[in-house]
Amino acid sequence: MANLQSDFIGIKSPNPFWLASAPPTDKEYNVRRAFQAGWGGVVWKTLGSEGPPVVNVNGPRYGAIWGADRRLLGLNNIELITDRPLEVNLREIKSVKRDYPDRALVVSLMVPCDEDSWKAILAHVEDTGADGVELNFGCPHGMAERGMGSAVGQVPEYIQMVTAWVKKHSRMPCIVKLTPNVTDIRKPAEAARRGGADAVSLINTINSITGVDIDAFAPMPTIDGKGTHGGYCGPAVKPIALNMVAEIARNPATHGLPISGIGGVTTWRDAVEFMLLGAGNVQVCTAAMTYGFRIVQEMISGLSDYMDAKGFASTADIVGRAIPNVTDWQYLNLNYITKAQIDQDLCIKCGRCYAACEDTSHQAIAMSPDRTFTVKDEDCVACNLCVDVCPVETCITMRELPKGTPDPRTGKPVGDYANWLSHPNNPAVRDAAE
Amino acid sequence: MSTSQLTPGVVPGRLPAEAYCRNFADLEAPLGPHEARVAADRCYFCHDAPCVTACPTAIDIPLFIRQIATGTPEAAARTIFSQNILGGMCARVCPTEQLCEQVCVREVAEGKPVEIARLQRHATDILMAKAPHPFSRAPATGKRVAVVGAGPAGLAAAHRLAMLGHEVTIFDARPKPGGLNEYGIASYKAPGDFAQQEVDWLLSIGGITLDCGKALGREVTLDGLRASHDAVFLGMGLAGVNALRAEGEDLQHVRPAVDFIAALRQAEDLASLPVGRDVVVVGGGMTAIDAAVQAKLLGAETATIVYRRGQEKMSASRHEQDHATSHGVRIICNAAPVKVHGNGTVREVEFAYTADGPGGLTLLPETFRLKADQLFTAIGQRLGDVPEGLALAEGKIAIDASGRTSLAGVWAGGDCATGGEDLTVTAVAQGRDAAIDIHAALMRP
Ligand SMILES: Cc1cc2nc3c(=O)[nH]c(=O)nc-3n(C[C@H](O)[C@H](O)[C@H](O)COP(=O)(O)OP(=O)(O)OC[C@H]3O[C@@H](n4cnc5c(N)ncnc54)[C@H](O)[C@@H]3O)c2cc1C
Ligand SMILES: Cc1cc2nc3c(=O)[nH]c(=O)nc-3n(C[C@H](O)[C@H](O)[C@H](O)COP(=O)(O)O)c2cc1C
Ligand code: SF4
Repeated sequence: MANLQSDFIGIKSPNPFWLASAPPTDKEYNVRRAFQAGWGGVVWKTLGSEGPPVVNVNGPRYGAIWGADRRLLGLNNIELITDRPLEVNLREIKSVKRDYPDRALVVSLMVPCDEDSWKAILAHVEDTGADGVELNFGCPHGMAERGMGSAVGQVPEYIQMVTAWVKKHSRMPCIVKLTPNVTDIRKPAEAARRGGADAVSLINTINSITGVDIDAFAPMPTIDGKGTHGGYCGPAVKPIALNMVAEIARNPATHGLPISGIGGVTTWRDAVEFMLLGAGNVQVCTAAMTYGFRIVQEMISGLSDYMDAKGFASTADIVGRAIPNVTDWQYLNLNYITKAQIDQDLCIKCGRCYAACEDTSHQAIAMSPDRTFTVKDEDCVACNLCVDVCPVETCITMRELPKGTPDPRTGKPVGDYANWLSHPNNPAVRDAAE
Repeated sequence: MSTSQLTPGVVPGRLPAEAYCRNFADLEAPLGPHEARVAADRCYFCHDAPCVTACPTAIDIPLFIRQIATGTPEAAARTIFSQNILGGMCARVCPTEQLCEQVCVREVAEGKPVEIARLQRHATDILMAKAPHPFSRAPATGKRVAVVGAGPAGLAAAHRLAMLGHEVTIFDARPKPGGLNEYGIASYKAPGDFAQQEVDWLLSIGGITLDCGKALGREVTLDGLRASHDAVFLGMGLAGVNALRAEGEDLQHVRPAVDFIAALRQAEDLASLPVGRDVVVVGGGMTAIDAAVQAKLLGAETATIVYRRGQEKMSASRHEQDHATSHGVRIICNAAPVKVHGNGTVREVEFAYTADGPGGLTLLPETFRLKADQLFTAIGQRLGDVPEGLALAEGKIAIDASGRTSLAGVWAGGDCATGGEDLTVTAVAQGRDAAIDIHAALMRP
């Protein structure tokens, strides 16, 4: 069993799996059970200012999309920040932290955009003994209309200003949670760093409408005949989140800024992927909401096996390992040539690769009368579509052509590394040659 | 002249040589990686899953299946083995249609459960093929524990005790360890000497000495073991068999089904094992099914199971019954043997029809006869000789929930003890739990 101990901006936890600020972390009862199940840390459900708490709708607050077998792929919500009184939350946070000193307990905050409001709440949070704060600049619905959440997160200057207030009025580590509802995620991350943030966490949920009731003519979830956009999360958002994490990790202005990876983490493998792209730990919401707290056991055993297999002594060894390999399209090697190959022993003869290639790609798969499918190297452009549509893992793989061997499609031998910047079809190269 | 299925009497080699191999191969092929992935994907990861409750060893089934689904079958195997060190054998022999798979929510919803047993086999096979043993021993406690019986109960107890740091010696009356895993389980459920491989693998944790050919009441005594050890665990199964109590039961070729099965399991060459042309088995449990099916697979022309009550009362599951009938075994219910006919050797068995009323089972006047060259009795096993001083209940060693017997320092589990059904998995659970209680008792300051 590998050592999964994690140290994220000085906050220690027995493993890098935290629950994100959301319903799973809304109260003491949940958080205690989460810790008993093995979660390394939690970010408490976002707290607001003193006074009467916000209210939630009393009709359905979630919508979803499903894959085969009704597997939940994407979840959407119109929930607001905590709807329980501030003092109750603070009391519970203190009690849980006292009993679980080895777990990470970070408190998520969202108060109006003025210095006094932030100063006031920070004093309360420090009293609880919590390990840090996360600034919720991400919530895309309900709070944004009131000048909070993503209304702040979409304006880099506000992010910088509020982060600076927080650093000024508190010694606690400060994580800035980013909204993905922007065109360039690097800008808010840079602003957070300028404001003095210790880390950023991302992504919060994405603006979405998950479906439309085609009889009631209203978006879902529908409240008394009306619906509104909500925040999208779950497995479906992972690719978007991974890209945003990588963008921040490789941006010179934010490189090295610690990142807590969020968005669709469902299995140990997802967590490793986020960490390889630079996340120091991960936060999970939808997977826990779908399957319950016990999934962390699979995450722990899976990560441990992976680290043992790779010989990694600490989770820090994983973090950022893939960043050097994230590059821009123009630097990709155009002389790297592969061909699809079908393992006839694994093939179940469904013919999906054939349909995909024949109808929508390069007509490079041949089908015999006895349903044997073979790749025509002279037509295969190695697009990978057949691999992606094949229901059997590893049945179709990509075989690299060694340097010097002729590519049956072009007749030319495989050459040395060369990218678009030197390609003869590149207008810039042509201009320079003239 | 060579023998065939039609050769009269009890003779070996009724089938062509290659047929034996085919007939006694794996009953269910192992899942390939792709099949395992697809099968694992069907699990809903239920909360407080009914399958876990139904498993006597309470393996965390949703967790191990999720571990397979996320590409970590070895982690899945560790989940299994941490609860059930004979998870490999259990994956092969458990009547899952009466246990975990019966209560799978997808069995209830679609009549097609998640294939828990095959997934368990997939994971355990992968880990067992790899060295080293997945568990290590706690620091030595200096305590010594004697285990009587190297069956599932004794092995599970010994492994857990060794893991907790105790020194264990297992005594077994038979020449080989494994208990009924080695001498009883149908051969197509665990082909390829799996039982011995599993024992070797289990023992590789260290700290366990195996002393075969030593019987309690013969070479060793309970008093002696209590004097020389800090605790004793009894897992000696059921060494006796119930008698038929019908006239003619001492004729040649009338024998307990378990003896026939043990001989079959130990046969070097199945073609040399004699079997009757017409085989009759009396009984209604797993032993009756296994004897009849294996007689058929050895080349008997007919094999008939006769059970004294109605089909719904048979302790063999519907799945087992279908397995038998699909191999050409005929099952007759509501008939009891009254006389075995023959001149030195059994020729025919006479049965009376029965009526199962509120007053119990009654024999009706009408009888019928079945041709039989061989008659196997599978009407239950019972406890062999037990050392004096042990309290019994319902013909078994009485134990409490943690496996304690009426004698201080003596625990028991498995078929020889009360509680649970006589199944491999129940024996494992009882052996494990007794070991945990022994540990608690020995380490109490
Ligand atoms: C034919 C048959 C088929 C079966 N099929 C299945 C099946 O498919 N699935 C299933 O779950 N269960 C099956 N069972 C039941 C299962 O095999 C038993 O429940 C299980 O083996 C009990 O384990 P145990 O350790 O209590 O006893 P056993 O397996 O009987 O082991 C007891 C051990 O103690 C030894 N022993 C006995 N007396 C002494 C003594 N005096 N001194 C020293 N050692 C002694 C024996 O040699 C033996 O090794 C079957 C049983 C039979 C008979
Ligand atoms: C019902 C619901 C409520 C949420 N409430 C909050 C919140 O109060 N504060 C916050 O920072 N994020 C909130 N989130 C966003 C999550 O913390 C997380 O960023 C997002 O769901 C993506 O992670 P996932 O794909 O693992 O669910 C909420 C998400 C859901 C589903
Ligand atoms: S999960 Fe179902 S039962 Fe629970 S609050 Fe929501 S709607 Fe009600």
